[in-house]
Amino acid sequence: MGFLTGLFWLAATIIVALGAGWVFRQAAIAISPKGVAKELRTAPLTASFGMLMILLYIIAAVFAPVIAPFPETQVVGSEYQVWDDVHLLGTDNLGRDMLSRLIYAARNTVGIAFVTTALAFILGSVLGLLAATVGGWLDQVLSRAVDVLMAIPALIFALLLLTIIGTSIINMILVIALIDSTRVFRLARAVAMNIVVMDYVEAAKLRGEGLWRLITREILPNAMAPLVAEFGLRFCFVFLTISALSFLGLGIQPPTADWGSMVKDNATLISFGDITPLLPAGAIALLTVSVNFVVDWQLHRASGLKE
Amino acid sequence: MSHIWSMILQRLALGLLTLFIVSLIIFGATELLPGDFAQEILGQSATPETVKALREKLGLDQPMHIRYLGWLADILRGDFGESLANGQPVADLIGKRLGNTLSLAIYAAAIAVPLSLALGILAALFRNSFFDRFANASALTSISFPEFFVAYILIFLMAGRDGLFPSMASFRTDPSFTEYLYRAFLPALTLTLVVTAHMMRMTRAAIINLLASPYIEMARLKGMNPMRVIVKHALPNALAPIINVVALNLAYLITGVVVVEVVFVYPGLGQLMVDSVAARDMPVVQGVALIFAAAYVLLNLTADVLATLSNPRLVHGR
Amino acid sequence: MSDKDVLLTMKGLRIEGRSDEQWNEIVKGVDLTLHRGEVLGLIGESGAGKSTIGLAAMGFARDGCRISGGEIHFDGIDMRNASETEKRGLRGKRIAYVAQSAAASFNPAHKLIDQYSEAPVQHGVMKKSEAEGDAKDLYGRMQLPDPDGIGYRYPHQVSGGQLQRAMTAMAMACRPDLIIFDEPTTALDVTTQIEVLSAIRDIVEQFDTAAIYITHDLAVVAQMADKIKVLLKGEEVEEADTDSMLSSPKEDYTKSLWAVRSHARPEQPPATEGTPVVSVRNVTAAYGTIDVLHDVSFDIHAKRTVAVVGESGSGKSTTARVITGLLPPRRGEILFNGEALPPNYKNRSRDQLRQAQMIYQMADTALNPKLRLRDLIGRPAQMYLGLNGKALEDRVRDLLHLIELEPDDYIDRLPSELSGGQKQRIGIARALAAEPQFIICDEVTSALDQLVAEGILKLLDKLQGEFNLAYMFITHDLATVKAIADEVVVMKEGKVVEKGGKSEMFQPPHDPYTELLLSSVPEMDPNWLTELLKARAAAGG
Repeated sequence: MGFLTGLFWLAATIIVALGAGWVFRQAAIAISPKGVAKELRTAPLTASFGMLMILLYIIAAVFAPVIAPFPETQVVGSEYQVWDDVHLLGTDNLGRDMLSRLIYAARNTVGIAFVTTALAFILGSVLGLLAATVGGWLDQVLSRAVDVLMAIPALIFALLLLTIIGTSIINMILVIALIDSTRVFRLARAVAMNIVVMDYVEAAKLRGEGLWRLITREILPNAMAPLVAEFGLRFCFVFLTISALSFLGLGIQPPTADWGSMVKDNATLISFGDITPLLPAGAIALLTVSVNFVVDWQLHRASGLKE
Repeated sequence: MSHIWSMILQRLALGLLTLFIVSLIIFGATELLPGDFAQEILGQSATPETVKALREKLGLDQPMHIRYLGWLADILRGDFGESLANGQPVADLIGKRLGNTLSLAIYAAAIAVPLSLALGILAALFRNSFFDRFANASALTSISFPEFFVAYILIFLMAGRDGLFPSMASFRTDPSFTEYLYRAFLPALTLTLVVTAHMMRMTRAAIINLLASPYIEMARLKGMNPMRVIVKHALPNALAPIINVVALNLAYLITGVVVVEVVFVYPGLGQLMVDSVAARDMPVVQGVALIFAAAYVLLNLTADVLATLSNPRLVHGR
Repeated sequence: MSDKDVLLTMKGLRIEGRSDEQWNEIVKGVDLTLHRGEVLGLIGESGAGKSTIGLAAMGFARDGCRISGGEIHFDGIDMRNASETEKRGLRGKRIAYVAQSAAASFNPAHKLIDQYSEAPVQHGVMKKSEAEGDAKDLYGRMQLPDPDGIGYRYPHQVSGGQLQRAMTAMAMACRPDLIIFDEPTTALDVTTQIEVLSAIRDIVEQFDTAAIYITHDLAVVAQMADKIKVLLKGEEVEEADTDSMLSSPKEDYTKSLWAVRSHARPEQPPATEGTPVVSVRNVTAAYGTIDVLHDVSFDIHAKRTVAVVGESGSGKSTTARVITGLLPPRRGEILFNGEALPPNYKNRSRDQLRQAQMIYQMADTALNPKLRLRDLIGRPAQMYLGLNGKALEDRVRDLLHLIELEPDDYIDRLPSELSGGQKQRIGIARALAAEPQFIICDEVTSALDQLVAEGILKLLDKLQGEFNLAYMFITHDLATVKAIADEVVVMKEGKVVEKGGKSEMFQPPHDPYTELLLSSVPEMDPNWLTELLKARAAAGG
């Protein structure tokens, strides 16, 4: 019986999600200019749903103080209150309002993940494009260095570095940005390598074009599509790593609201059959799923696979 | 044939070199610290005497290369130093837990690898069918889930009040094999769910990538049935990417265990590492990191060698 | 022939392909009748739908294509309504396929003989051991070296021409009634092509197999086919038996195809006086430690076209890389108007770079897909001549005029909005924009259809007269050499075999390799292959 009702709710959720995606897609097509609308038409329902969710997260992050009923860190009730009219999702292990913290965490967790990804991306793609274009010893040195850094598993390396320099938000951003930039470097270099061997790049070199122009005019525009998709994927990885670190108590530190540590702090409730601690975890999952759906659509389009 | 062996020897040498450099990094990372590590650990209130004592204990009064060589020699003899937190030998702390972590990873891999390969091949065979789309969407979804989310959902569903499985994988005594399988089921299932999706997607992609090749069209034009086309013609050529993705995911299991062990209070290396990071217990962190990194390097090395051996162009020279 | 002998009929065949999210018709109502033992040549330029029709004979449509109308009957079986299982039972057993690139169509993971025996064993025609014995017999008949052993090699261990013969043998494995040959010699060098053509022709005759022979090369199809069908953009132009088709084509399109071969410009006498624009002096060059060019020397004068001819691996493109400075030579030097150029392009002055331009074989990869024509053509003028604003725009428009494209229409297009021939014209305009003295043309017409290629050659010819250009024309195609060259340099394995004026080169006596190369170029005469093989057997025997 339990299994069947579970299945029913799962199916219902999927249908509602896809329906919301469909409505959102129609609305977006209606208000977008022609070129964008044509692109949007190719979006599958999963990707439409993803775009809708990303939009909602951005709204939550930007307008957190307006939306949240209570302040982020203030104790407003007793510990572990159940869901009621005042505290819609109850209170946490210290008596802070769960819903408000969930909303504020969108700002903290997503913001930090975004900054980290951007850092990793700038570092990794600049070096990757340079290595591929210049080649020679620069490429050798950078590639070997990245090989070695990548020979240590990411989470373990992050833990090691955090032990040494201590856990703080800035340290975590720097450490994860450094580690993830190696992955971006690999991809950017591989993509650029495929472009560098093209005749038009050879023609530009023979014309006497400088390095800056080679990269910005000949290589970067043609590398954009895979790089943008990689940004999405990288964001998911960074976001999951930060959440994992916070969950382990080594990432974003209290009292800042953050989904990973919220799961950790309230985990005991789960064994009592209360799903509240699953909500922040679900919030993480929903955002990464959404980004992945959109990236998947873009990758599929970029690869031109018509199958 | 000699060509391929020299190639493999090269890879092995490169793997050893990587391990060496990794050990250098793990050891040298402490040197990154601007101040004095001993001072940092003990805090500002520590007396100069205690700082000095700790410095001597850590060997910080000696030049770096001497310390590194000593450290490396000790490790090669199985001596990982002593824990700063409780003074126990790190090797003892690691010993038992290493076995636990390995068996958990193997448990998960034993389910995940065959399952994901089979699902990947089926998805490629029935590409664009409902099954394929469903498998793809669920794979994408489960890749996006944090490990602890998967773990807690499983606990919520299967280890509630009248749970089928225990949510805590504590073994006070040596469990029998079946007892172990039962007790470690949820952690293993969590890990399986986390890595299966990725392996399945990549297996499918590796096969589908090849389906546009002229030799696949040739096989179809020879009247071969779809199953044979996939298994006999596409799969052997997709082995290298598949081996790589399996290695990548087995390596991922290694990092995945850290979080999963914490959720299920599983007595493995991951738990130890997290506790030691919080306590800034450097020798333990270094030791565990070294073991994780070594496993990671060895896995990738194995994959590299196997992928080389799966390429007839390399195995059979011109 | 009576109706009982009819093997394959197609009536009003329509096939659609999917692009830009909609179905477009690529074969528009083609009829076809093939009798037992008959060879039909399907000929046409790219986009004519020849391969698509060939595959449709097997009831097969590639991914993204579908058979949308008409009838296909193979020996009384309705191929459009047959089940997949039924069609699989025919494929490889009664209808076989030989693909264009044997190197890509053999599975790299299996030995040749295992791939040979797959169809007979899976279709239940022979046991594995019988199939292997049979394979060795057929390898022998296909004149493959070491027929008993060659099957135990992997595809990458066998040369291209041999692979193509092994693939024909594989197609014969179940002794099919019909074989589809899809451009089987297009990827091969001319000297290799002869061997494959004669082997295919023999074996088809021996087993009295019917065949559809697909190609874009008229001279090749003349050797192989009993009758020829000409296709254009998915529609039939005309069909007739080979002799009458060659001697008296009816339709204008067919006549124009035939006429391409006769274009040739008047030869200018070799220039011996004055300083050559480019002089390659005793160049030896290497990739890594392996020398790929040995002591190569030749001169190119203003207003002259020097064709550098050779098969793949002869070093003709490497010579171009040395001249442009991408591959500094180990020994020797490049003189430009009598002055030595720095070996590496990075050390050359901007003016030295400007004077020597290059046009590439694949216009697709030679133009940055993200730049508009305005920028693609304008950039050299901006860089070298300092043009900007209105002056630059005027210059770009002039150049577009020169290459016969309407400026208003084209100046803001992206390369993806051009046809293959137009892209190649942009490549020419970009080279001209630098106002060079010398242009290297690297196989500029080999990726194009004959009629389009003809247009490009004429344009290059016109521009040479207008701007006193010196051309180095790299090609493997002797028809192109005849059409455009003043002087010819024949290369083989990194060495210059022979050089001289065009008329000298096409008159005996020749160097033996030049002789082999010249005699291997197929001619339109249906008896050419037979005569050639006879002559060679006589000379060799």
